Amino acid sequence: MTVKDVKDVLKARVLTGEDLLDQEVRSACGSDMMSDVLAFSKDHSVLLTGLCNPQVIRTAEMLDIVCLIFVRGKKPDDSIIEMAKDRDLVVLATGHRMFSACGMLYSAGLRGGAI
Amino acid sequence: MEAICLTYDISPDDFTRAGEASSDVKKKLKQMGVGPEAIRKVAIAMYEGEINMVIHANGGKIRVEITPEKIVMILDDVGPGIPDVDLAMQAGYSTAPDEVRSLGFGAGMGLPNMKKYTDEMEVETHLGVGTKITMVVNI
Repeated sequence: MTVKDVKDVLKARVLTGEDLLDQEVRSACGSDMMSDVLAFSKDHSVLLTGLCNPQVIRTAEMLDIVCLIFVRGKKPDDSIIEMAKDRDLVVLATGHRMFSACGMLYSAGLRGGAI
Repeated sequence: MEAICLTYDISPDDFTRAGEASSDVKKKLKQMGVGPEAIRKVAIAMYEGEINMVIHANGGKIRVEITPEKIVMILDDVGPGIPDVDLAMQAGYSTAPDEVRSLGFGAGMGLPNMKKYTDEMEVETHLGVGTKITMVVNI
């Protein structure tokens, strides 16, 4: 599936990266704990989180995440969006809770990757 | 290719900037044409170390040496030192305060993760003096 499919499934808003939506994504992880994302993520291309600070962007950068999704209606400030823009990272925002957002993407075919 | 050395001063208590050094190293390795797997390992291990320096150790210095065979990261701080390294290496053991957890860190995965993503890792620590962590990623 593509980032655009992810956006459509969640009816998410694009906060930055409108021109990067045709990228392919294969697996996703969801967590508010960046420590765990760094420890357990294996070539995931999508990260769902309710945490809203610059380290979310850095974590995504280190892991080569393609698309970051803020759940629960979290609104990152402009400096966070700018950081994402500089790194060609797509940022989406949805009002769905973490569990629902993950479930919707899973139902649409996105998987969590190997343990 | 001769050895290339990069050095960074890590500011204490500046959580917003934590990770800038790792980000810069990642960019430079990419420009040098280092393979993506090695870059990923270096980026994750160094970022974890950099975050630790900001959270626990009042900042410090990071030196990165790049040769055609390997990337060596030396993280040097004058923080409080690690009382029990074996315990700190256990997944899930953390001394991070709640405010750090609320920022998304402090799950006790930092040191184990640094070990996991590097080919060699050595921790030298002295209480009240500081900690020096040397990590090697083979290319």
